[in-house]
Amino acid sequence: MISKPPDRSRYRLWPPSTGVLAGLGVTGLVLAGVAGAFAYTVGLLSPGALTQTRIVDRFQAVNGIHPGFRRNHAKGVCVTGTFAGNGAGARLSRAAVFGSGAVPVVGRFAVGIGKPFLPDTGAEVRSLALSFRPASGGEWRTGMNDIPVFPVNTADGFYGLLAASAADPATGKPDPAQMTAFLGTHPETARALGLIKARPVSSGFADARYNGLNAFRFVDSSGASTPVRWSMVALDPFVAQVPPSGAAREPNYLFDGLVARLQQGPLRYRLVITVGQPGDPTNDATLPWPAGREEIDAGTLTLDHVEAEGPGNCRDINYDPLVLPDGIATSNDPLLSARSAAYSVSFTRRAGEPKTPSEVQVPARPPATPGVPATGG
Amino acid sequence: MDTPRFALFSRLLHWLMALMILAMLFIGIGMVASLADYHWLLSIHRPLGIAILALVAVRLVNRQLNPPPPLPADMPPVLRFAAHASHVALYALMLAVPLVGWAMLSAGRLPVVLYGGLELPPIVPQDVMLYAWLRAAHTALALALFATFLLHLAAALMHGLVFRDGVFASMASLRARRGTPGRPG
Ligand code: HEM
Ligand code: HEM
Repeated sequence: MISKPPDRSRYRLWPPSTGVLAGLGVTGLVLAGVAGAFAYTVGLLSPGALTQTRIVDRFQAVNGIHPGFRRNHAKGVCVTGTFAGNGAGARLSRAAVFGSGAVPVVGRFAVGIGKPFLPDTGAEVRSLALSFRPASGGEWRTGMNDIPVFPVNTADGFYGLLAASAADPATGKPDPAQMTAFLGTHPETARALGLIKARPVSSGFADARYNGLNAFRFVDSSGASTPVRWSMVALDPFVAQVPPSGAAREPNYLFDGLVARLQQGPLRYRLVITVGQPGDPTNDATLPWPAGREEIDAGTLTLDHVEAEGPGNCRDINYDPLVLPDGIATSNDPLLSARSAAYSVSFTRRAGEPKTPSEVQVPARPPATPGVPATGG
Repeated sequence: MDTPRFALFSRLLHWLMALMILAMLFIGIGMVASLADYHWLLSIHRPLGIAILALVAVRLVNRQLNPPPPLPADMPPVLRFAAHASHVALYALMLAVPLVGWAMLSAGRLPVVLYGGLELPPIVPQDVMLYAWLRAAHTALALALFATFLLHLAAALMHGLVFRDGVFASMASLRARRGTPGRPG
């Protein structure tokens, strides 16, 4: 077939024939369909849905913006050390970290507040975040709090509680009516807060028990999976907190106490794995598991170095709870994906902001040779 | 009618990657606006993105081995230029978007997990400012890729429905043979 040279170029659109118009119409419809689907996926068509951006925006609305700092657990200090597994965890998980042998750890102690310069009061939630780094790869990150259960079981609950417990700009204190209204629609939070208030509070960071709260799954070498929760339990004996009177309190007394304790020698914690039974709730962090569940002592964490937040140390780590090695997997707890998403937004924002030194600074170690009198000059 | 066509392998690569990239764009913008689906979508996003990066390399080699058929002789120079420029942009973005994704996770010291214990090494040193910059670049380049893809789709449909010059069929044909060059129509 020899095509006859067209008298009019097929590339000319003007004046348009019916065929051209129909073709343009179909092209436009297809484009509008694809672009519309995109806008729908972005969330442009459902502005009411709760997203990671809105959660982090609410942290900022409640706490103000403190450039370079975490949007929650903003005040903290960096520690390093090692985790020595004893092999017991390997029964349930094939993760390298549960073998025997020392694994380097980079951690962070913090208080669960979004304001980095707030003085310590003794009423705050204390946290320990850890990144385990086996030489063979398969990093494990976890963030744990010194409370027995989490106050909410969904991201929506978290978002609501954040607003309900925020200080009223008029009074500087949370509005009790807001809280009552929230608890009225969230009985699980009322129950959980009861357990949280009743917990024994330790004298400081060093002698606390830190709980992972969310459920995860351990996966063994045959692929079998077991629901678990985990905790880091201090070897320092528990001493109940006696809050110093307001006047006597140094603004960073909790952190100063931690630094002083670490300068006397390493801190040790046992990694305790609580093994869930069928029927134990894995999707609800407000519910404790029944007492008497098997506990596996999987090894010892030793923290021997403390330093202020700075470039490249714990400051620059996103303790995303879903950075998990092969052998530890997420569960059906909806908080986990929500945390991972929100931590990413918080990390991305603070990463790009100018940095200010942390409120928590670590003084140089006292000289190893005592008895040299200070000149005072 | 035996119009010139892309080599069968080229067409296969083209449609496979078209699906993968379109899926990735939707997964990407969907996951950053979803609390419930964030984790599982991101765990697909990483390996699929790295697979695209690998396939772009295969595709660039294949393009040397199996050059594309010539454009119709009567296609106006403006359209030819637009076609070439948009193809260069598509290749550049297909390469840059996943590379930036990998680099940004490296700079943020986040593991580039593909599947299970399979992980890629970091390609840039840890640097949070660089992370923030690359994270913004990943979004901007992905949106540019989506915009270029829309133009490409519009052009393809115009070739097929308006110009009817065989260019659409040169990629959309199901026939195994490459056809005879120089016989457009
Ligand atoms: C949906 C619920 C939650 C939201 C939205 C949320 C939000 C956040 C955010 C935005 C950060 C700052 C992240 C960063 O910039 O690196 C953070 C830090 C932290 N969160 Fe949560 N969180 C949630 C639940 C939990 C739970 C259940 C736990 C305890 C098991 C927890 C423990 C921690 C700890 C320990 C840190 C500090 C980590 C560090 O020191 O870097 N969070 N959280
Ligand atoms: C052709 C390949 C890719 C495309 C089209 C693509 C597309 C996207 C898009 C559209 C977003 C959302 C951006 C936003 O709205 O802010 C995104 C986010 C992201 N992408 Fe990609 N991407 C690709 C490859 C990769 C690769 C190879 C990686 C890593 C290995 C990666 C990691 C990420 C991460 C971590 C996020 C953001 C998650 C967050 O901020 O929470 N991407 N991507």
